[in-house]
Amino acid sequence: MNDHLRPAVMALLSLTLLTGLVYPLAVTGLAQILFPHQANGSVIVRNGKIIGSSLIGQPFDAAQYFWGRPSATAPFPYNSAASSGSNVGPTNEALIKAVQARIAALKAADPGHVRPIPVDLVTASGSGLDPHICPAAAEYQVHRVARARALDEATVRQVVAQHTHGRQFGILGEPRVNVLELNLALDAMH
Amino acid sequence: MTLNGGLQIGLYFLALLALVKPLGWYMARVYEGQVMGLDRVLGSIERWIYRICGVRAGEEMDWRAYAGAMLMFNAAGLLALYALQRLQGLLPLNPQGFGAVPPDLAFNTAASFTTNTNWQAYGGETTMSYLTNMLGMTVQNFVSAATGMAILVALIRGFARRSDTTIGNFWVDLVRSVLYILVPLSLILALVLVSQGAVQTLSSYHAVPLLQSLRYERPVADASGQPALDDKGQPKREQAAVSEQILAVGPAASQVAIKHLGTNGGGFFNANSAHPFESPSPLTDFLLILAETLLAAAFTYTFGKMVGDTRQGWAILAAMLIVLGIFVVGAYQAESAGNPRIAALGVNQQASDLQPGGNMEGKEVRFGLARSALFATATTATSTGAVNSMHDSFTPLGGLVPLVMMQFGEVILGGVGSGLYGMLIFAIIAVFVAGLMVGRTPEYLGKKIESYEMKMASLLILIMPMIVLGFTAVAVVTDSGQSSIFNPGPHGFSEVLYAYSSMGNNNGSAFGGLNANTSFYNLTGGVVMLMARFWLAILTLALAGSLARKKLVPSGPGTLPTHTPLFVVLLIGTVVLVGVLTFLPALALGPIVEHLLMVKG
Repeated sequence: MNDHLRPAVMALLSLTLLTGLVYPLAVTGLAQILFPHQANGSVIVRNGKIIGSSLIGQPFDAAQYFWGRPSATAPFPYNSAASSGSNVGPTNEALIKAVQARIAALKAADPGHVRPIPVDLVTASGSGLDPHICPAAAEYQVHRVARARALDEATVRQVVAQHTHGRQFGILGEPRVNVLELNLALDAMH
Repeated sequence: MTLNGGLQIGLYFLALLALVKPLGWYMARVYEGQVMGLDRVLGSIERWIYRICGVRAGEEMDWRAYAGAMLMFNAAGLLALYALQRLQGLLPLNPQGFGAVPPDLAFNTAASFTTNTNWQAYGGETTMSYLTNMLGMTVQNFVSAATGMAILVALIRGFARRSDTTIGNFWVDLVRSVLYILVPLSLILALVLVSQGAVQTLSSYHAVPLLQSLRYERPVADASGQPALDDKGQPKREQAAVSEQILAVGPAASQVAIKHLGTNGGGFFNANSAHPFESPSPLTDFLLILAETLLAAAFTYTFGKMVGDTRQGWAILAAMLIVLGIFVVGAYQAESAGNPRIAALGVNQQASDLQPGGNMEGKEVRFGLARSALFATATTATSTGAVNSMHDSFTPLGGLVPLVMMQFGEVILGGVGSGLYGMLIFAIIAVFVAGLMVGRTPEYLGKKIESYEMKMASLLILIMPMIVLGFTAVAVVTDSGQSSIFNPGPHGFSEVLYAYSSMGNNNGSAFGGLNANTSFYNLTGGVVMLMARFWLAILTLALAGSLARKKLVPSGPGTLPTHTPLFVVLLIGTVVLVGVLTFLPALALGPIVEHLLMVKG
């Protein structure tokens, strides 16, 4: 076994140098030169200050904002320093109770709105930071947001459409609406 | 299920098939020491490593020396990763000031990353410094994958050679795997990930004000950090407000690229590839699924090329992809059907072009159901174990799919290297079973399969179920095992079965509700991962040594051809039968009974 000791230690050291320092630093260097905006978190900057990231959702529960996916991060929703899903199983009573509470909150914020609620609006995302909702979930909220902002629904729908992305290359993934960007755009209208 | 979902899955299979031959051909050249272009650029680094290691590249090893070198290298890696975690508080590149990782967790994590498992009992962005991620996790992602590749190549040489005592040089196979295959592919993939939005920076986390500050309730902790209780014995809660968000960033893309290419799976962030900074777009999701299956699939061609008959490789790949395809569709169907209890509340789960529908708990909107089902199946068919959605929240049958994929023994593509050497063991069992049926001595690729080979093969397929079921049984009857369970009922049993199926097959994904960061799971899990990886690796190398010594038997009229559809069916039958017979009783107690409970309402 002693024959193997020197090559084992030296191979580990040399490969650590190569794959643990040279490789990640090379990627960092190239990324910072080629794609600095993305490499640093796709942050949205207004007046020289970072006000969010277009890839990380934020929590909303006011009537005038579109709400994103429910988030199960602790201790508060959309805690982007500790990403997490809920991990509740499909037959867990806690899941059913949580969905009921979310339905109740949506209905309380917009009484009289009776359409069925799209499932992504009442189920927690995998990361707890999902920046998107589906177009149906945005459409469901247009009525409430328009009323809270004293805008007509067509105007709100138009802003939603501007922030709706189709499938990538027309085939990959799902159509989606970026909630933070949509809410920022609505605020900017005033 | 939608037409678009079917197209996305079909597109993945086409892309994978298109890459098998060119990459497999290239890898055969790498391992046969032939000119392949990159050696001109990187040859000097390769020779420098041999020089400082004192290794003569042309010197071959018998199986014992090969196994000894492999074990010594991995032991050094295990110790280094343990030490790095314990000392990270004193080391640089730690902008969040994380302290030493506790001993049991550090042992579990060191065992996990050296065995190519990447089970994570910690959350990345709340535990590990940038330096630990770079020098520890990223390095082991490369070298644990390369270890698997080296063992596979040794076994292939065992088949390809005749009357030979040696099976190659471990150091050469290791270094060439890293230098000529893993590093170049990772570099390209990492940059594509960044271009889409994956983060790659050494700066500290950013504080960001929230557009709308939020009031929420949080549990109150008493002086000792335990949840405080009110008069009725309920946990006390208090109002709190939050007005900013801390964006966790870091050198993620470089680690994510190799975590998929090397079928490792350990996320930079806790939410793994569901996290938008690891996998920001549907394209990155597509590439990550492709990457985690790419090398394992291409190795079937490398194998065929090195044994001199590429049809042998295609037959094995066909068996793998047929099983994978069937289970992907199964998972997609189960998740599309959704959760009847949520449907009963008046929620719309119908998939359309305006919404993903189905069971969206634990899933991301940009990926939807088809991508999540494909990812879950591919990540467990290979030994990757990364996730883009939370498996614990899948429907019972949707969650059964990843469980079964692991319980097949990680041979449906499997880990880079380890998957194919596992599958070749099943091929040996398959020809043995066929030989029994017609009363002939079994042979595979011109090598007679005799009692020594059958003993090794039987040990190889029996050890894993013993470990998995044995430790599951211990965990579910002890307090320390039970107390970590999160979901009630049969799902709680599934969490434990999933944990040991994952660690016992070096996969690394989890039903994440299980609180795995306890001494019990950290220590038993660490032992399980080490046994699963190295016991099998040693037996495989013993088998390689025995096969290399054998003479070639010319094929005769009694030889079972192993490149035909008949053999593909036989191979699938062997894998499925062994897996199902072993695990069906356990599955019946977990996901199957839960499914019946769910549909009954």
